[in-house]
Amino acid sequence: MLKRNVFLACLFIALLLVALLMVVPFVWMLSASFKSNMEIFESPIHWIPSVFRPDNYRKVWIEINFIGFFLNSLKLSSAITLAQLATCSLAAYSFSKMHFPGRDKIFVAYLATMMIPWHAIMIPQFIVVKSLGLYNSHWSLILIQAFSAFGVFMLRQNMLSIPDSLHEAARIDGCGSFRIYTSIILPLCKTGLATLTVLTFNGIWNDYMGPMLYLDSDNLKTVQLGLASFKRQYSADYGAIMAGTVCSIIPIVLVYIFAQRYIVEGVAFAGVKG
Amino acid sequence: MITGADRIPRRITPSRLQYREALAGYLYILPNFVGFLIFTGIPVIAGLVISFTSFNGVNTLKFVGLDNYLKLFRDTNFKTALVNNLWYAFSVVPLTLAISLLLALALNRRIALAGFFKTIFFFPTLTSMVAVGCVALLLFEPNKGPINQLLKAVTGLPAESLPKWFFSSKTALGTVVATVVWKQAGYYMVMFMGGLKNIPSHLYEAAKVDGAGPVRTFFSITWPMLSPTTFMVTILLFIASFQTFDIINVTTEGGPGRATSVLVFRIYREAFRDWKMGYASAIAYFLFLIILVVTLVQWHGQRNWVNDD
Repeated sequence: MLKRNVFLACLFIALLLVALLMVVPFVWMLSASFKSNMEIFESPIHWIPSVFRPDNYRKVWIEINFIGFFLNSLKLSSAITLAQLATCSLAAYSFSKMHFPGRDKIFVAYLATMMIPWHAIMIPQFIVVKSLGLYNSHWSLILIQAFSAFGVFMLRQNMLSIPDSLHEAARIDGCGSFRIYTSIILPLCKTGLATLTVLTFNGIWNDYMGPMLYLDSDNLKTVQLGLASFKRQYSADYGAIMAGTVCSIIPIVLVYIFAQRYIVEGVAFAGVKG
Repeated sequence: MITGADRIPRRITPSRLQYREALAGYLYILPNFVGFLIFTGIPVIAGLVISFTSFNGVNTLKFVGLDNYLKLFRDTNFKTALVNNLWYAFSVVPLTLAISLLLALALNRRIALAGFFKTIFFFPTLTSMVAVGCVALLLFEPNKGPINQLLKAVTGLPAESLPKWFFSSKTALGTVVATVVWKQAGYYMVMFMGGLKNIPSHLYEAAKVDGAGPVRTFFSITWPMLSPTTFMVTILLFIASFQTFDIINVTTEGGPGRATSVLVFRIYREAFRDWKMGYASAIAYFLFLIILVVTLVQWHGQRNWVNDD
């Protein structure tokens, strides 16, 4: 028994060290964002800045239009998430509850497209978007990401667990299929919808390559793109880069605090189904 | 798990109601389907066509046969990127696998603050590669960054002999690997925790009754029962490894020299910097092929495991 307790104590200490390794970079980032460029690399490190300087934040928000990047990211993440929720839940409802010829064949075709890596098709997709005249507009990113096979797959799995008897009872009562979708199916797969919401929002917020390919004007840029180009232009302005990084992470922290359960569920789902 | 088709009542003439249901069924798929067709379906075909042309973004399509694919064998930029990408994949995959599995096994025990640890370990996976790259660049700064300051204090080595991390062709790829493993270990840890939860507890009780020690229990129960999850995580990690780009573009831009150039980075450079879209499409289809092979291995393996159950 003593041996076991010693083992658990060692394990606990090891985990504590790993946790420290995970947290320290974020603490360092936060601390550096309040320091002047001279103070950041001072040795030994002052984890709590001797003077809190808000200058970096002022620079980020006022001088380099971070507010614009922020609003663009918020707009894109919300629009794409809403579009995915709508198109994916409708398709998932059709695939899970309606009966029509060819249904399962179409669904298998959907599954097959899930394995196409985006990077393999980004060139022709770019040509398609450009020929539609959507280059350098938010519509490009909204349209290429509004239709997700993964979303359909996940929501369908969720809807299959809703008993068919509910659906049929409503039908017998004379309820139309769209009404069944809005008043029975959607309320019953809240968990799936919430999971898709947080995963999509987080994914779009963090997307870097998509905005980099499609957005050219500064007033259209997203947070990740703005942060990366800011880092490139002012590579010696360490404090401001850290302040920008802190700001870019804040929404993710908020989502994590309020929706951790759904995120973890989504990852577990991806692990089972690929 | 495809059911339902057999539940369609078989009649000689379908009723009006069935017609309406079929119509509604197609209608509900339509928005997603059309969007998918335009922005994924057409590109898949178009990409293959473009890979046989010398398209540069503006001219008309001029077919060059297999030239682009033959060029892959001569292009040292591409070959370096492929070799780098293989090094990257065969470092990131085993390291992430081992660390995330160990963390999951540790948190699976009755340990204090397990929920807190899980929250902390998972958090970096939610942040963007751009943010992680910005912080890593400063932490690994060769002259005065905190990591080299710490190394200097501990080892007493002069500043010149400390590693230059992102800024030396010897260490750049390794530094990228370390940063990526640090960021993503928590993600796969959560997958492993899901797999561990699915192992029925009566197996462990039986092992205890039989007097099996912890090592024996691990190799006779945990490891074999966890193998479907391990397999899935390996596949997902490989696929992700061949798509890495963000961290490279933010920290090293493929350098120094070509030390951290990987496949997607090459595609990006050829297509969107040099506008050699035909040639870049050939690289993209090569990437597609790699991922296809990995996916086929996955399907094959999955079928075998289903049979084993």
